Amino acid sequence: MGVSANGSAAAAPRLRASGIEKRFGDVEVLRGVDFEVRPGEVHALLGGNGAGKSTLMKILEGVHQPDGGTIELDGERVSFPSPHAARAQGVSMIFQEFSLVPSLTVAENLSLGAEPRTTGGFLDDNAARRAARERLGRLDADIDPGARVGRLSTAYWQLIEIAKALTDDTRVLIMDEPTASLASNEVERLFELIRRLRGEGISIVYISHRLEEISQIADRVSILRDGQMVATEDVADVSIDDILEHMTGEQLEAPSAAAPAAARAAANGDGARPLLSVEGLATRTVVRDVSFTVRPGEVLGVVGLMGSGRTEVARALFGIDRITAGTVRLDGEELGLGSPRDAIDAGIVLVPEDRRLQGLVLMHSVESNLLLPLYDDLTKGGLIDDGAGGSIYQRFAQRLRIKTASPRTPAQQLSGGNQQKIVIAKWLASDPKLLILDEPSAGVDIPTRNEIGEIIRSLTADGKAVVLISSDLTEVLDLADRLIVLREGRVTRELRRDEVHSEPELHRLVQVA
Amino acid sequence: MTNLLRRPETAGGADAAVAAPRATGPRFHWRDYTVYIAFAVIFVIFAITLSGDGFLSSNNLTNIVAQTAPISIMAVAVTFVIVAAQIDLSVGSVAGLSSVTTAMAIQQWGGIPGVIVGVLTGVAIGAVNGTLVAYVGIPSFLVTLGMLGIAAGLAMWITNSAPKPIIDQTYNDIFGSAEILGVPILVLWTLVAVAIGHVILRKRPFGRYVLATGGNEEAARFSGIPTRRIVFTVMLASGVVAALAGMLYAGRLQSGRFSWGQGDELSVIAAVVLGGTSLFGGRGSVIAALVGSLLIGMINNGMLILGLEFSQQQVVRGCIIILAVALAGRG
Repeated sequence: MGVSANGSAAAAPRLRASGIEKRFGDVEVLRGVDFEVRPGEVHALLGGNGAGKSTLMKILEGVHQPDGGTIELDGERVSFPSPHAARAQGVSMIFQEFSLVPSLTVAENLSLGAEPRTTGGFLDDNAARRAARERLGRLDADIDPGARVGRLSTAYWQLIEIAKALTDDTRVLIMDEPTASLASNEVERLFELIRRLRGEGISIVYISHRLEEISQIADRVSILRDGQMVATEDVADVSIDDILEHMTGEQLEAPSAAAPAAARAAANGDGARPLLSVEGLATRTVVRDVSFTVRPGEVLGVVGLMGSGRTEVARALFGIDRITAGTVRLDGEELGLGSPRDAIDAGIVLVPEDRRLQGLVLMHSVESNLLLPLYDDLTKGGLIDDGAGGSIYQRFAQRLRIKTASPRTPAQQLSGGNQQKIVIAKWLASDPKLLILDEPSAGVDIPTRNEIGEIIRSLTADGKAVVLISSDLTEVLDLADRLIVLREGRVTRELRRDEVHSEPELHRLVQVA
Repeated sequence: MTNLLRRPETAGGADAAVAAPRATGPRFHWRDYTVYIAFAVIFVIFAITLSGDGFLSSNNLTNIVAQTAPISIMAVAVTFVIVAAQIDLSVGSVAGLSSVTTAMAIQQWGGIPGVIVGVLTGVAIGAVNGTLVAYVGIPSFLVTLGMLGIAAGLAMWITNSAPKPIIDQTYNDIFGSAEILGVPILVLWTLVAVAIGHVILRKRPFGRYVLATGGNEEAARFSGIPTRRIVFTVMLASGVVAALAGMLYAGRLQSGRFSWGQGDELSVIAAVVLGGTSLFGGRGSVIAALVGSLLIGMINNGMLILGLEFSQQQVVRGCIIILAVALAGRG
């Protein structure tokens, strides 16, 4: 499993990056990365969170400048001081978030910034439409250039986005998670398009978390781990297991390192009465049929790919998304979850996925954010009892070690980790029975991440239950007693922690369960 | 809730939050104090230039407070509306309409039914505004702009644009001209309204929920706050308080007329924004809004003493509002 196919094998590389170095402050994000793409090749780039994928792509796209190393395009040394420069030299990127203006037509979007004009200086709509039709025709995309983009489905958006990125000079096209928001038949169409572009000799760098796709579409795969390129292989020569071992740096069948969690799971026993039992849950979004139980003192890990319904299950249990079918019982009692208030009153709380948008009123003080769900019970003679509020704040700020200049500091001035602690603290203060955490460690520094782990453990020691939703499988394996795997709105696997022996194994379950 | 204006810090704030806590405690916000400074500066200017014309007489000063009462009272409720990241453009017209309905009901049935009808006018309009904004999801700017026209039109229609005199002296005393221990009752109305508004915004859970809803509606909802009900309630309250302001006009002027309060929405919103309340929602102060109202009342009074024509007054007022709001940190 050594590094193979290194340049000498076939045609001269279209794009070659050698010894790329990049650091942000003290953090070395890329350490001498070599990466090359051949003409007419689909080259998958893989790596876990923080492996350096997006930094490498941003360097190739001209967003970041490398601190060391060289980039060659068709044997010629190049530099990309800006995305515009990269594009002019034939390297374009299609971002995960689309860059289209919904209120404009397809033709207007495609000509944005370079609108054709008549001799009188007015916009030439006909020319813009002709050009759009031509560019879409190249992709064999049947889209009316006069249609407003906002009325088209996301699959079309992506096509338009690709049409926008492709110019006559395009030599390398970088696609970041292009299938994340596509349905399965749309994915097939996208793959056809990718093969077509490959046939035209365009090189495609394909970034995805979905490993099955890699074997379907890619010719070669390169894997980054901790800022280094650990392998470049022909896709035909590697299995998903091989890829996972490279990504995690762990042997697939290695015995579990986290024995304590397994021991706890055993101690809890399978016989305990469930605190929460969910049966046949469905919502109007992606959740189709989800059933599971959580026992007191237990951490249930919920894993699944993006779009599997992880977050949506949490939203339904917290009364945000309406439940269209199924029952939710807490302590045996069926709950009607019409609003977050219903969930909170029953003892279910949620630390949401996006703490800045959903968790905090950023302009308000740390203290008022922490006390926000509690004010109804914090009154004396009808008025808010600031003394009682202050002491609750002190207790939880100390317990969670929230670092802030003052309780009155606006929440937006705190670090991501401390912000997350405020969101957790506001729910601990309401003394819930079940705490749901959705991606609690996203954008949080390592020490805080460990502290969040400690908080979760101390909660379960008090007999509370935790549902931990995370795409960080290391975290799930560290903390969960049991796991469920979601896929397309259904539970595909349910297992005890001690049934999972390694992180690559769990990765595989998430990918192909 | 559809926000009238996009909050600017959502994008820029992303970087701010990555850094560790930097500033020591809350920063000093100039805009929290602009209104007090502006008030002091203009007061001193008028005191010097107009001292010979009776500006400083205690009679004139109380008179400013009393005459500004409808604006001050409406500014209390509109502070809540703007803090909740909404707007109410209909307050001035609603005041005019309620002055008319109150006067007509007093003519028909007497004082107490008149007061009830006046309040119900505000309840009805506030409930319609609140339902459309909170539950139907139409932007408050559009709803209340439409309601501005509807209320003004109704007031003209049912009166044929004629004034409706009120001869019930008890009513005129309570809502207009009485004095208690030498203090005009309009001053007392103002003080009571401001006190109630201040306590609710600062000391009642409801006030915190309004602040949170305006600061980040999504996060408020994820904290278990019934954000729609909060928005409905502030719109309802704004209608009721506007009706009360109209009843005060009716009491002081001893009649109901469609034109009472017309255009007041501009003075009210200016007063609230002068008081440092953010047009993006999430922060605000009732007391500062009162000072903002009094500032506007004082400017009106000074210009009157100076003998400026109505047209000139409008120009000066517009300039001062733009200047003050610019100093207050652009909303």
